[in-house]
Amino acid sequence: MMRRNDQRARAHAAYWAFLMHRLSGLGLALFLPIHFWALGQALHGAAALDGFLRATDRPLFKFAEWGLVVLLALHMTGGVRLLIIEFGSASNLRKDWIAGSLGFAAVAGMAFALSLFA
Amino acid sequence: MSTAAISQAKRWYWQRVSAMVLALCVFVHLGVLIYAVRGGLSAAGILGRTQGNWAFGAFYAVFVVACAVHVPVGLANIATEWWGLRESVALWLARAFGVLLLVMGLRAVWAVVA
Amino acid sequence: MSTMLTVKVWRGTAGGAFTRYEVPRQASQTVLDVVTHIQRYLEPTLSYRFACRVGMCGSCAMTVNGKACWTCRTHVAKVVKDVAGDVGELEIAPLSNLPVIKDLATDMSAFFDKWARAKGQFKGTATRADDFAKVAPASPERVAANAGIECIGCGVCYASCDVVGWRPDYLGPAALNRAWTLVNDVRDVQQPERLRAVAGDAGCHACHTQGSCTERCPKQLAPTLAIAGLKRKAAKAAVRGEL
Repeated sequence: MMRRNDQRARAHAAYWAFLMHRLSGLGLALFLPIHFWALGQALHGAAALDGFLRATDRPLFKFAEWGLVVLLALHMTGGVRLLIIEFGSASNLRKDWIAGSLGFAAVAGMAFALSLFA
Repeated sequence: MSTAAISQAKRWYWQRVSAMVLALCVFVHLGVLIYAVRGGLSAAGILGRTQGNWAFGAFYAVFVVACAVHVPVGLANIATEWWGLRESVALWLARAFGVLLLVMGLRAVWAVVA
Repeated sequence: MSTMLTVKVWRGTAGGAFTRYEVPRQASQTVLDVVTHIQRYLEPTLSYRFACRVGMCGSCAMTVNGKACWTCRTHVAKVVKDVAGDVGELEIAPLSNLPVIKDLATDMSAFFDKWARAKGQFKGTATRADDFAKVAPASPERVAANAGIECIGCGVCYASCDVVGWRPDYLGPAALNRAWTLVNDVRDVQQPERLRAVAGDAGCHACHTQGSCTERCPKQLAPTLAIAGLKRKAAKAAVRGEL
């Protein structure tokens, strides 16, 4: 019989960074086929694409889009942190990059939101 | 050395290399979509800028290929570690998803550029 | 500070459960003091490991309030938070990810077997007839090796790692950290075998940089970074067909 860790063992920044990275990656992965399908509508003409765009011009969809932008920004900067740790000369867990990722994602989210309401 | 371990090491490597490409692509794409979403999205607005724009097409084709390389590796890990799938099944699932992304993604690029 | 502490201690062999004990609180009390008191005065059948009790041997590693640590170096006051007159609880369990022999003692065989599987042993070719090897202490390899050389095999990192929990074959942070110190040992002659041993998902490439090992290591080592070094070296060799 083996005991396993629970959430108390996971309560530190680098673990949350891992979790965020994995969950955002999963979310983006599942989103991509939908995204490609939507853009592919243009094969049926501009009207088909417009139909899709109008159907998704609702608050719930816009909120989801905003969420995806934030996930994308998080996944990218979290990923760059991993690349620095794995290929660069990091001497620690680069928690500054974790904070930076959150900041960048917040900025990207805000910029997107501002653009949405422009 | 087990060939499985060699493949796993290679998968790790290609996931990281594609990640480097994607870091750049995503950064550009974030800029593009934040710009494009201003004033609302419309087919005319999008296609007006993308149709015939082969530089745009080349960039996004590279983006799609990088995604198709990068996504399956992470998915296979999640499938093995969290969903309890055997490695062979997880890999098959991930590869199928990668092919799906490649086909649908390139189709989407063609759809807006051609 | 109240005079008594409620302690939940894991008891059991194949199955198990927490048993509560009331232990007198003392100033500067460590978790190992608490366990010792329980075994001496309250429950003589309690099984646990310790040796030096001064933070040098790593034998007393256990899970305290969910986190792996050395109990001789963990002050009760640091892990039990008294809030508004209510005394917090102290929960003591054996290390995770290792089979429990009894109560707080785990079977460390798998931990050390993986150390051996990662080629965590030095192998050289010099004999007593040869001159000393000359290794510059400031050389990048020696600096990298020195950064991880102080590991005493306590198992805290192994117990803290989720990938160890998710993948039974995963060699784990300690074995890989040791392998990295040897990869950087210029006298060692089994480098290709070692890279082969640590590559792949049973080896370094399954590490997801969760960082629990580095976060919890009582000697402030960074297995995460050692594993990152192995990832680079092993993947490069794999892609070049050298593995």
